[in-house]
Amino acid sequence: MSSWPLLSLIIFVPWVGALLLALFGRNLGARSRRALGFGFSCSTLALTILVLMSFDPAAVGYQFVEHHAWITALDVHYHLGLDGLGLLPVMLTGIVSPLCLLASSRIERGAHTFGALFLLLQGAALGVFLALDFFHWFLFWELSLVPAFFLIKLWGGPGAGRAAYQFVIYTLAGGAFLLLGFAALYVATGTLDFAELTRLAATGELSPKVAALGGIWPKAVFLGVFLGLAVKVPLFPFHTWLPSAYAEAPTGVSMFLTGVMSKMGVYGFLRILWPLFPEQLHAAAPCLLGLALGGVVLGAFAAMKQTDLKRMVAYSSINHLSYCLLALFAVASVTQPDAAVAASALSGTLLQMFNHGLSAAALFACVGILEARSGGRRGLVDFGGVRTVAPLFAAFCGVAMFSSLGLPGLNGFVGEFLIFVGVFGLAPWAAAVACLGLLATALFLLTFWQRVFHGPVGAGVASFRDLNRVEFLTLLPLVILMFVLGVLPQLVIALFNPLVTAWAANLP
Amino acid sequence: MSPLQLCLLLSSLLFCVGLVGALARSNTILVLLGVELMLNAANINFIAFWRYGPNPAAGTGVLFVLFAIAVAAAEAAVGLALVIAVYRHQKNIRLQEANRLKG
Amino acid sequence: MNLSVQHLWVIPALPLLAAVIGALTPRRGRTLAAGAAIAAMVGAFVVSCLALHTALVDPAAKLVHNFAWFDLGSGVLRLGWLLDPLTAFMCVMVTFVGSLIFIFSLGYMKADANFKQFFCFLSLFAAAMLGLLVANSLLLLFICWELVGLASYLLIGFWFHKPSAAAAAKKAFITTRIGDLGLLLGLLWLYNSTGSLLFFDGGAGVLETAALGSLAGQITVGGLAVSTAIGLLIFCGAIGKSGQFPLHVWLPDAMEGPTPVSALIHAATMVAAGVFLIARVYPLMSADQALTEVPLHALTVVAFIGAITALMGACIAVAQNDIKRVLAFSTVSQLGYMMLALGVGSWVAAIFHLLTHAFFKALLFLGAGSVIHAAHHEQDIRRLGGLRGPMRVTFATFAIGMMALSGVPFLFSGVWSKEGILHAAHGWNISHLPLIAALIAVVLTAFYMTRLVAETFFGKARSHEADHAHENSAVMTVPLVILAVCAIALGFLGTPAFPWLQARLLGETEVHGHSLLEGGGLMMLSIVLVAVGLGGGWAIYGRKPRVAENSRDPLVTAAPGLMAALSARLGFDELYAATFGRLGNGLAALAHFLDQWVWGGAVGMLARFGEFIGIVNREADENGLNGGFDIVSERIRGSGRVYSRAQTGDAHGYLRWVAMGFVIIMLVVVLGGAR
Repeated sequence: MSSWPLLSLIIFVPWVGALLLALFGRNLGARSRRALGFGFSCSTLALTILVLMSFDPAAVGYQFVEHHAWITALDVHYHLGLDGLGLLPVMLTGIVSPLCLLASSRIERGAHTFGALFLLLQGAALGVFLALDFFHWFLFWELSLVPAFFLIKLWGGPGAGRAAYQFVIYTLAGGAFLLLGFAALYVATGTLDFAELTRLAATGELSPKVAALGGIWPKAVFLGVFLGLAVKVPLFPFHTWLPSAYAEAPTGVSMFLTGVMSKMGVYGFLRILWPLFPEQLHAAAPCLLGLALGGVVLGAFAAMKQTDLKRMVAYSSINHLSYCLLALFAVASVTQPDAAVAASALSGTLLQMFNHGLSAAALFACVGILEARSGGRRGLVDFGGVRTVAPLFAAFCGVAMFSSLGLPGLNGFVGEFLIFVGVFGLAPWAAAVACLGLLATALFLLTFWQRVFHGPVGAGVASFRDLNRVEFLTLLPLVILMFVLGVLPQLVIALFNPLVTAWAANLP
Repeated sequence: MSPLQLCLLLSSLLFCVGLVGALARSNTILVLLGVELMLNAANINFIAFWRYGPNPAAGTGVLFVLFAIAVAAAEAAVGLALVIAVYRHQKNIRLQEANRLKG
Repeated sequence: MNLSVQHLWVIPALPLLAAVIGALTPRRGRTLAAGAAIAAMVGAFVVSCLALHTALVDPAAKLVHNFAWFDLGSGVLRLGWLLDPLTAFMCVMVTFVGSLIFIFSLGYMKADANFKQFFCFLSLFAAAMLGLLVANSLLLLFICWELVGLASYLLIGFWFHKPSAAAAAKKAFITTRIGDLGLLLGLLWLYNSTGSLLFFDGGAGVLETAALGSLAGQITVGGLAVSTAIGLLIFCGAIGKSGQFPLHVWLPDAMEGPTPVSALIHAATMVAAGVFLIARVYPLMSADQALTEVPLHALTVVAFIGAITALMGACIAVAQNDIKRVLAFSTVSQLGYMMLALGVGSWVAAIFHLLTHAFFKALLFLGAGSVIHAAHHEQDIRRLGGLRGPMRVTFATFAIGMMALSGVPFLFSGVWSKEGILHAAHGWNISHLPLIAALIAVVLTAFYMTRLVAETFFGKARSHEADHAHENSAVMTVPLVILAVCAIALGFLGTPAFPWLQARLLGETEVHGHSLLEGGGLMMLSIVLVAVGLGGGWAIYGRKPRVAENSRDPLVTAAPGLMAALSARLGFDELYAATFGRLGNGLAALAHFLDQWVWGGAVGMLARFGEFIGIVNREADENGLNGGFDIVSERIRGSGRVYSRAQTGDAHGYLRWVAMGFVIIMLVVVLGGAR
């Protein structure tokens, strides 16, 4: 099996599906069209399981490497590889994407185009997590915007056009900075390969080379790469595109945006910025810690003020992703941190990445179900007493919500706990302030729960049906995973722990 | 007069006949016929210059003429096809009237 | 037969299994869910008894079983079970009281549509509570602590269609979470300072000498020892969970839940978890006692918070009219007693009071539940009355509970446990204020309990509901009777003359009793105070019972301002709403504003700037660059027009040109040739 180019298959099988759907989707019946899209979307999970069977967590380096010369004049290689860091988001994509399509099965208008665009998006996101050469990494990175734009604009809510433009322009602008940074890096080093650049950085050859560019370039390179990634995550205060994009996108796309695409930024921070620019990151870390804290605290408090449920969940995403970065910046802010503390912070970051993907996707799916039931309303005060008429839905949504607020026993807790252990050991005051975020998260999620599910049955709510089969199947895997990973986090941690241990042992 | 000069004279006469025919007739087929005559006048010249030229062993002249005849045949086919097309269009083949494509 | 400590997980696992069964059975599966819950609880009780037996073989031993949870860097994160007399006694109490309350609920919740859900949640609660008790890791304890909070949230909001219940549930969760964040920070600090969260780990645990010594040896902000700071943060968690001042506000509201829930969670077990926590980490809390130069000892704070809570709770209870709220504030006050005992250094007295209190407070709440059930959910004591006749069993057992709580001497358990606390407070050498507060609270406790009994059971029925009340079925009265027996008998496990329970908790196998006369002055004083309270209560409420629902309370007539303030619970809710609530809302508004206008505005400005550049660019293109191109292309087009005139379409014309060309060439050749 190892002779198969598994990683290429992971990336390109969804694209094949997209092509098939685009070419023949019009002629297929609704059912087979849906089945085709779903099947190709599931391919990621199936292939990831194949990968997992021969994945060796103890090996720290890249596995399943595919390395072919591509454009020799620019020294560009087609280079794919997988390690614990990449495996996690790939698994997440494999789990979340089919569920996104399931959640979108209500869409009738242009369903085959939707499916094709979605598969295109899925493949591009996977490419980002697997590519190890900046050239095609960046292609995937930017390519993911195109289908996302159309998915939001064509199938989104009333404000979708504006939100989609904002999203794409903002991220493209970030991407431009990123490109600029890497162009300068290429001039300085003559390579675009992440592994090679990481090696240069680790041996200390990179920074003299960058410094040789002279002028403002050494700073600008870091800043450019940083901005590109920060917009994508998004890091506070570059997050203003997110609430409207998430809120206006159709449910399945919101799930994918928050479940998978937001991980692209965090992944970039861990794969590129941190290993390549340790000194610059260390210098900027106190300031960045402040920004991450801003995301944690103000993100949660801003969520309290939202009356649109989707915007509320979107803000909670900002809050949760800021925890990931908080831990990373805390590690970067300290010279020679204690290996155990750093390991727990970094483990927490990775785990939180994975867990947030599950719980945020589930929450968006729940809001989408509410929206579908009520004919497009999703205001905080539009409901009431839903638990009375739809107890099963209430239970699933409750699990997702408590997972999101970090209740022990569900998946969210372990990641947050590890992050807090790490941050407390590295920057205690930051952990103390971040606690405010925990409190505010509980506050707005419980308000959401209370207003929507509790109280007397609201107007128009009495006719709600409980979950239908498709909705049940959408939420069930997520809910099961929340329980399983809450009790047995080792299942995921084992995949990346050796990698994290190696990181922690070789910190600058 | 040398045979070469005689040949050139013949070809000049032929050319003039062809030219006059092409210029004077309004029937498109006849104009084409004139053009063919002019072409063949040129062919005679080729043969003459080859036969009485400095290197008759090389065979260049015959080659030229063979090409020219082949091209002329093709051109005649295209020309006649055009004539038919024009006829279909305007129910006659008067060359003066086929001027719709002017700039 | 002994229980190996590896198998201690069975105790929480049984109710957890019942909870899972309850969650998975359909709504109609009432019998299955309730049966599983009760069977699991009784099973857990049996196993707990085995555990107690094991623990008492060598009370001083800390039997632990630690296991790895997940890899963390080069090490592993470990959790574990712990069996010692403290755990074992608590487990037995929780499972015993829990079993009785489960059985009581069969009757109380009979008519509820969500019957099976109720048992599912109750089992979940029991599992979490028992997990909390057997944990040998502060992390595992915290996990169960939060799950207990979740169960409490679900059960307070059990009648979620009532907005007040939904709001109370949220308030409880948020308020306790504030305390829990302190606990979390304490836990993080502890983990970072010691590298472990296991209580006992063969010398490497956080409650063992090596870790305690290093924690007490370091000084942190404000001159506090690190152990003090961690202890205070952990105490924050206890403040939240045990309804201590200033986070007590959620507990009275929690009475929105069904009465068995109030009995089990908000009186007997969960709220006592804070006391248990402090008792569990007592070595850590008291690690700074030996230091003299530190400004503050952790336990001092505990003692004062406990004293304030005990007094405040008792005061407010005097002015409440809802039968469950009186009991709720009484719980707050009694928990204050326990904290006071912990603070003044006698954690065994606290645990003894915890155990006795669990029984008689569960009894009182179930009695109240029995009254409420009989009186068709009438909870206002002004609308009850005269229930002594129709509800004899309830009255008798309630009276026993009331006397135990008031501390009526010798026969009832409350007096012995309270005596231990007063004794300990008397011996405290830092301040006597806690003792004074506790003594005042003794009077008040006796007073408000007398008032409660007098208003509820004496006089004549003051409403239609109360008039038609009759005794409940055996499924509800039998648990009352059993609890009443316990409320009496349990006290004899720890009388000053034979403090068996205290000795076992302290890990001693010998029991050293002392004569009742030792410290007899204090005992006499407290008996007098109880008598004053009882007599005062009877004098005001018992002799001349209330005649009508709206007749004025004699105390309100006497001190209207004070009573109004007390019945408004001293305005804590309003105070918090005006300060923290507003602060939170303000922060939210600020965050929203920043998002909308500052960050969003900055991006908007950039976008508008880009748009402006675009406009300038377009103008320049259209008028500058494109103008030039237009001119050139116009010229080209013009010349094309001129040349196109040559294309006449006249084939003869073209031929003519050919002929003319031929002639010209000929002329040139001929003339040139001539030259």
